[in-house]
Amino acid sequence: MDEKFDAIVIGAGPSGNAAAYTMAKAGLKVLQIERGEYPGSKNVQGAILYSKALEEIIPDFREDAPLERHIIEQQMWVLDDASYVGSTYRSDEFNKQPYNRYTIIRAQFDKWFSKRVQEAGALLVCETTVTNLIMDRDRVIGVQTDREGGSVYADVVILADGVNSLLAKKAGFHAELEPGDVALAVKEIHFLPEETIQARFNIAEGEGVVIEMAGKITQGMMGTGFLYTNKDSITIGVGCMLSDFKQQKITPYALLEQMKAHPAIKPLLAGGEMKEYTAHLIPEGGYKAMPQLYGEGWMIVGDAGMFVNAVHREGSNLAMTTGRYAAETVIDLLQKKLPMTAANLAYYQGRLEDSFVMKDLKKYKNMPEVFHKNNQFFTDYPELLNRAAHTMLTVDGVDKKTKEREIRKSFKQRRSLFGLMGDAFKMWRAFE
Amino acid sequence: MIPEKAPVKVEEKLFQNRYRVDAGRPHINIKNPTTCQVECKTQECTVCCPAGCYTAEGNGQVVLITDGCLECGTCRIICTTYRNVDWEYPRGGYGVLFKFG
Repeated sequence: MDEKFDAIVIGAGPSGNAAAYTMAKAGLKVLQIERGEYPGSKNVQGAILYSKALEEIIPDFREDAPLERHIIEQQMWVLDDASYVGSTYRSDEFNKQPYNRYTIIRAQFDKWFSKRVQEAGALLVCETTVTNLIMDRDRVIGVQTDREGGSVYADVVILADGVNSLLAKKAGFHAELEPGDVALAVKEIHFLPEETIQARFNIAEGEGVVIEMAGKITQGMMGTGFLYTNKDSITIGVGCMLSDFKQQKITPYALLEQMKAHPAIKPLLAGGEMKEYTAHLIPEGGYKAMPQLYGEGWMIVGDAGMFVNAVHREGSNLAMTTGRYAAETVIDLLQKKLPMTAANLAYYQGRLEDSFVMKDLKKYKNMPEVFHKNNQFFTDYPELLNRAAHTMLTVDGVDKKTKEREIRKSFKQRRSLFGLMGDAFKMWRAFE
Repeated sequence: MIPEKAPVKVEEKLFQNRYRVDAGRPHINIKNPTTCQVECKTQECTVCCPAGCYTAEGNGQVVLITDGCLECGTCRIICTTYRNVDWEYPRGGYGVLFKFG
C-alpha cells in the first residue's frame, strides 16, 4: 500500500464523505479510510438531516437516499417532574417539495452516501484504523494504519475522524477536550408499526415530528432531550454537558430511563421494541473551544473541528459543508499547482469565515458559558413555568388576578427581581 | 416526584447492540490501577460511563471491562485530574458495530 494519493480522508461520516465525494468528482485520486465494518457502523446521530448542505453536494440525493420522514411539526417542551408546558409549530408548508429536513438513520444514510463517494471514484478501505499521522518534520505526508504494511502517502490529509479527534491530538495539533467542551448524549431506538406512529403523532405517511425537551429531565444539568419519529421507529435520547455529568455524578442510562418514565413521554413509546442503545459525545464547546483547523498538509473537518451549533442543533450540515470547503480548497490548489502548505491551506479558514459556518459559531460564542454558569435555566424556570400553567388552568374559585399575583410572586421569590432581570439580560446577550 | 426505581441494568440495553469483541486486546486500559485505588476519590468513570464498563470494587479498586464499550470517549475526557486512561480505537472492524446509529 505504498501508493501515493492526492488526498487521504480519514473517516466516512458526513464530513469525510462530503470531502471525499467532492474531490473524487473533480478527478482527484482519493483514498478514504474507515475503521468500521462499513461506513456508519461507528457513527451516531439523533438524527435530523438538513437538506441544504447535502443538496449543495448531491443535488439529486432525494432520488435514492434512505430518508425516514420529512419534518412537518416541531414541538418544544419544558418539563417539570410530572408535567410539561409546550409549544408547537406545524405547517402544511413543510409538506411542499423539496422538503427542508428529514429524520434519518445514520447507519443506512452513511452507507448510501459512501456508495455515492465510491461511484465518484474514491477508493474506500473499511475495517482499518488510522493509528498515526506520518510526519516529515512539521508536515503531514501520510498516515499509518493498523494493517500490515499499512502506510499510505498523500499531498494532503483531511481529518474527518470525529469528535474524539485522536490523531490531531497525538500529532500535537490540539489539546485534549475538556469536559465542558462536550455533551454526552445517550439514546435508544424503539420500533413500532408505521401506522401506530402516524396515529400517535397525528401525521400521515412520510410526515414526521420533532420534540425537543428541556427542564427537569436533565436533573439540573445543562442539556436537552429529544424525540424523533422515523418511518417505523422512534428515537429518544438526552444529552448534557459532560462537565455536569462529572460534577453531579449522574449515570447517563439511568437519566434516560427516568426520562422515558415521564408521564408525558411514556405513552409515546408504549409497545415499542428497543433495538439499540448508543452513546456519543457532541462537541458543543463552540467558537471559543475550536482547535487550529489546518496546517502543513492537513485540515480538520466536521466534529473533529468542533463544528457544531448547539443552539440550533446543527452538526451534520456543518460537517458536510466543512468537508466540502476543505475539498474545494485542495481542488483549487491543485489546479493552480500550488503546494499544500499551511499558508495555502489557510484559504480553507477564509472560506469558513466568509460562510454561515463561522458567522453562526461566532454569533453564539458566549452561549455555552452563559448556560453553564446559570443552571436556573434548566431547573428553576421549567418548574416555575409549569406551576404557573397549573395555577392558571386550575379552576378552583380563585380569581385570575390573584392567580397572576401568585405567579409573579413565585418567580420573584425564586430568582429575585434582580435575578430575573439579570437572566433576561444574559439571554439577550447570548442570543444577540 | 417520579418514584425511585430499582437500579437500571445497562447490560439489558447493551444486549441489543452488535459487537465484534477483540478478545484479549482491550482498546482502553487504565494506565496505573494504583492511582485509581489510592489517589482518586471521585472515580467518576464508574458512574458516568454510558456502557457501565468501569466498576468500583469495595476495596477502592476500579475494574475495567471494555466488551460493552460504545467508543464515546467519556472516560478519557472526564479523567481530568490523573489522565489515567489510555484510550485508543479498537482495531479496524472490531468493537461496537451500530445497526442504526
